[in-house]
Amino acid sequence: MRRVYFDNNATTPVLPEVLQAMQPYFSEHFGNASSIHHHGQETRAAVERARESVASLLGCRSSEIVLTSGGTEGDNLAIFGLVRTGDHVITSTIEHHAVLNSCKRLQESSCEVSYIQVDGRGLVDPDDVRRALRPNTKLITIMMANNETGVIQPVEEIGKIAAEADVYFHTDAVQAAGKIPINVKSMQCDVLSISGHKMHAPQGVGALYVRKGTLLQALFYGGSHERSRRAGTENVPGIVGLGKAAELAAEGFTNGSIEKMRALRDRLEKAVLAELGSAGVNGEGASRVSNTTNVFFDYIDGEALVIALDLKGLAVSTGAACSSGAIEPSHVLTAMGVTADRARASLRFSLGKQNTENEIDFALQLVPPTVARLRDLSPVYNRDTVSQ
Amino acid sequence: MTNTVQASIESTPPDQTRGDLKLPIYLDNQATTPVDPRVLEAMLPYFTEKFGNPASRSHRFGWAADEAVQTARTQVADLIGASPKEVLFTSGGTEGDNLAIKGAAYAGKARGNHIITVVTEHKAVLDSCKHLETEGVQVTYLPVQKDGLIDLDQLVGAITDRTILVTIMHSNNEIGVLQPIVEIGRVCRQRGILFHTDAAQSIAKAPVNVTSQNIDLLSFSGHKLYGPKGVGAVYVREGVRLSPIIDGGGHERGMRSGTLNVPGIVGLGKACAIASAEMSKEACHTAGFRNRLRDRILGSLDGCYINGSMENRVPGNLNLSFARVDGQALLMGLSDVAVSSGAACTSAKLEPSYVLKALGLSDDLANSSIRFGIGRFNTEAEIDFVADRVIEVVSQLREISL
Repeated sequence: MRRVYFDNNATTPVLPEVLQAMQPYFSEHFGNASSIHHHGQETRAAVERARESVASLLGCRSSEIVLTSGGTEGDNLAIFGLVRTGDHVITSTIEHHAVLNSCKRLQESSCEVSYIQVDGRGLVDPDDVRRALRPNTKLITIMMANNETGVIQPVEEIGKIAAEADVYFHTDAVQAAGKIPINVKSMQCDVLSISGHKMHAPQGVGALYVRKGTLLQALFYGGSHERSRRAGTENVPGIVGLGKAAELAAEGFTNGSIEKMRALRDRLEKAVLAELGSAGVNGEGASRVSNTTNVFFDYIDGEALVIALDLKGLAVSTGAACSSGAIEPSHVLTAMGVTADRARASLRFSLGKQNTENEIDFALQLVPPTVARLRDLSPVYNRDTVSQ
Repeated sequence: MTNTVQASIESTPPDQTRGDLKLPIYLDNQATTPVDPRVLEAMLPYFTEKFGNPASRSHRFGWAADEAVQTARTQVADLIGASPKEVLFTSGGTEGDNLAIKGAAYAGKARGNHIITVVTEHKAVLDSCKHLETEGVQVTYLPVQKDGLIDLDQLVGAITDRTILVTIMHSNNEIGVLQPIVEIGRVCRQRGILFHTDAAQSIAKAPVNVTSQNIDLLSFSGHKLYGPKGVGAVYVREGVRLSPIIDGGGHERGMRSGTLNVPGIVGLGKACAIASAEMSKEACHTAGFRNRLRDRILGSLDGCYINGSMENRVPGNLNLSFARVDGQALLMGLSDVAVSSGAACTSAKLEPSYVLKALGLSDDLANSSIRFGIGRFNTEAEIDFVADRVIEVVSQLREISL
């Protein structure tokens, strides 16, 4: 059976070039990068080359890159590494749970957290951030692009506010990396986290940019790895994969692959909306990363739709993987003012580097009839059409 | 003999093949191990084909990934005598030690604030304890005896009614000695104190059983047992609650958030399954080589000392100190053998090993020590080559110093 994967914001397949780069580091060049002998020197060199590639994607020095186990660890290291008891933190209501739940934990230890609301498009207003500043504000943590809607936040303005107020600015760039150019200097951010598996590198590896001079307390102790900011034996094959994926991501901004992805996404979105009424895009009107569209189909149950689509070979999701299966409607859509019914009727389509025109055709053959069939079965939809 | 020794030192440049031996020979399996080809084969489909996020509940890519994770969880549990739901996946041994120790200390705040550990623990344990001390937790660091083992009476004597956790390694990373885990577990269970053990160096080498050894918390790492780097596991006895050190989507029963590293976890599971099937046979193989190496070196050189108990020791480990030899020169002379003078994590440091110092060694003997870590893929020819080289280099260095 044909299977098409449009859930790349949950995780991406590792690209063949990335796996190829990693493969020698499992059984052949397997040394511990901290060992001083031949086997260690050869993996140390590979780790440092990968660090350069990641730094180059983010526009920083390689000494400013801390290699982690992924986005969640990075977010935690950034937040717990900077904030102390009594500090105030500014974040938004649409952050990933790695940020939101870290902030909740901070509130349990006598820290204050302000949650900035977003508008109907899912955007944070930088003026709201400015107004939330307090004398004890230590950190602003606002994501670069949202995982559910793909909406890009005004991080440059927020970075400017943070710099003027002399508070730290962290951005979760997990869903932005490889999709939009990132430059930590122009964003004026102090800490930025990315994850390998959202950009065609493997699961279990990520990176945290930490601006030179930023005092960051570690999350793990035990050895002076990563300049004492992250103890633990380096995941050499994973790091090599992240480095290769970073190189490919950077190439994507110049070889037209990002535009191609945007064209595929736009075609999918427009065609679905043209065929179906009572449907629209969550985050419409805001600038979005090129691979994501979050579409609501009123009068259907999103969970029923994803299952129906999966049975026919199309993998999509109703929202974040980390909370999929949760009964509550998406916190992101709810924060945008979307009703609970509409939030439950929303689907996220997220493309990757490997998706093709032909796969969009496949989706377009499936989605409109499946939505129509589910609506036919829906008593709510029938009542509504009768009343019209 | 001396003449031939010197001739062969001069005629053996590093990084080359000698006979059918590929140089340098890797004898540092306590630092890390190569991924077993069977493990890599099991992992490969999960990078590019079965690449789903196990937290994706709405499609087959997610379900297939979740199924693979559950299989691996069972394979890990089976190796240590646990139930699958008691196994959490982490990014490695260091994270596991941090999670077990800090997580138990934070979750146990209401019951007490005292931890007991040992001076020869891995840095991941010692530094976690030191961090807790800055937050007001009291830590007792038990000494070890000359053979590297703790004195049980001292453990019992150190327990107070505020003690919430005892963390003592299963076997030591430098000298390979196995602590009296069963007895330690029994003492802790009787007193109602949680017992954590860093088993990174014991898993797949010595029998580890959380039930018969009365272990409540156990951490280990994939890359020490021919699994990949970047993955590890923590056993958390049912009913024991850890406060997480990474918050987020609530993965791993809320104790460790973050998307699961599926290929890594599959690799760890496979490595554990191989260990379950082959451990006893492999232990004979590595212990045989270890004893051969020891006997050949000790039979040819005087002034060599074995560090740590030989009776209570993991099979592949040998740690020797060489009198009248400079440690740095020794390692340099052995450039076609990958060994280390201690833990990889601290190998860039020039100070003598704190583990060897804890056994009572002088700085000189601690500095002139070598850890030989024999593993699954070493051969008899490699062991003989290494024995020859050690004998040659030590003899030569001693001649120079005369």
